[in-house]
Amino acid sequence: MTPTTDTLGSGTVYTETVVWSPPEAFLNDAPYQLAIVSLEAGGRITARIDGARVAIGDAVDFSEHRDGIPYFRKH
Amino acid sequence: MRPVAVVGIGKTAFGAFADRDLRSLALEAVSKCLADGHAQPSQVEAFYLGNFAGPSFVGQNHLAPYVAAAAGIQGVPATRFEAACASSGAAFFHAVSGVAAGLYDVVLAAGVEKMTSQSTPRVAEILASAGDLSGEIKAGGTFPALFAMIARRHMYEYGTTREQMAAVAVKNHAAGALNPLAHMRKRITMEQALAGKPISDPLTIYDCSLVSDGAAAVLLAPLERAHEFTNKPVRVLGISQTSDCVALDQKDSITTFRAVKTSSEKAYKMAGLRPKDIDLAEVHDCFTIAEIIAIEDLGFCAKGEGGAYTMAGCTGLQGERPVNTSGGLKSKGHPVGATGVGQICDLVIQMRGEAGERQVARAHTGLAQNLGGSGATSVVTILSA
Repeated sequence: MTPTTDTLGSGTVYTETVVWSPPEAFLNDAPYQLAIVSLEAGGRITARIDGARVAIGDAVDFSEHRDGIPYFRKH
Repeated sequence: MRPVAVVGIGKTAFGAFADRDLRSLALEAVSKCLADGHAQPSQVEAFYLGNFAGPSFVGQNHLAPYVAAAAGIQGVPATRFEAACASSGAAFFHAVSGVAAGLYDVVLAAGVEKMTSQSTPRVAEILASAGDLSGEIKAGGTFPALFAMIARRHMYEYGTTREQMAAVAVKNHAAGALNPLAHMRKRITMEQALAGKPISDPLTIYDCSLVSDGAAAVLLAPLERAHEFTNKPVRVLGISQTSDCVALDQKDSITTFRAVKTSSEKAYKMAGLRPKDIDLAEVHDCFTIAEIIAIEDLGFCAKGEGGAYTMAGCTGLQGERPVNTSGGLKSKGHPVGATGVGQICDLVIQMRGEAGERQVARAHTGLAQNLGGSGATSVVTILSA
């Protein structure tokens, strides 16, 4: 789902991983945490996690879009 | 629909071959296949080539006539099929369809990929183009990352463990060590598998299949003409190709592949068989978790028990239902466009009783499952000796 609003609100971590072996474009970001977030507003989105690592079931809040990528943070 | 048989097979070794280009690999597989099926290039009425990313990996496009003409196959339909890692599964499905429908008698289905001329980050990027670039890939996803998220969820829902995933790798390396055409012919231990370099948590390097060069080909004919080519025809009893959404975050569940469920149900129905009737299988272990989910979705064990079923040895060479006796994508290698047809070749080798040290006791009925992307394409084929 392509985000069309400024905020994606809050959600719950459906699944996650820490990427150690990134694609060429993100060599400088690794290791980074990627998650699929179940949004309170409905639907799921693949996002990056800012700050503390999260696990399945954790509550997360949308923080910002950077370079078109949605970032969430532990609640 | 007419009964269809596999009447010839040909494979290259899978591996990293710096001195081989895409066309030479494809030609070797096609030549071996025609020789095995005692057929001439002029007898081939249509050519179906599976290839995922030749244009990205080696820059060449228009691959089907490029390979066919070099093999002496001219003046017939020659078409490339792209369905991510199920590219040659899709080519095979359409080749079988053409013969079953009576459009053609003698057709060749092949697959090829030349991957190792690119750096690992570039290979990751090319493979990632089989995902959804507008979401999961844009955010930094790779295929290991997508399957890592699948693994995490499977562990959460069913209690699957890292040891159970490692057991898939240990088993497949043990089989691949006996396969002269496998990319990585070495056994590994559970300790090695668990201590592998992290790729995308919880997956280590030993949970991931190999980046390989290779090609495979099969010759098909109506069953009634099979005797003209071979005295060991293998019949296609059931086959189905189905699709699902590309993006992982759009699927209802990520611990079962809907396309694998639908394609296997259709293939079983066409064959008039049930999961318990399958003697052996080649499944799409692009990652160890993918084999665990595959054996569940194919009905070899209950949902959520794929890890335990593997740990118990049920899918080993001496198990009740051997899975990936070729070594699988994990040990045999995964030249993505060649994998689907390669699986058919590997089943036929077992069903003809030509598998040498890795030959299983009972190989009358075999199943191949070829997965594209994170489950957007699935091809399931059931063969009978």
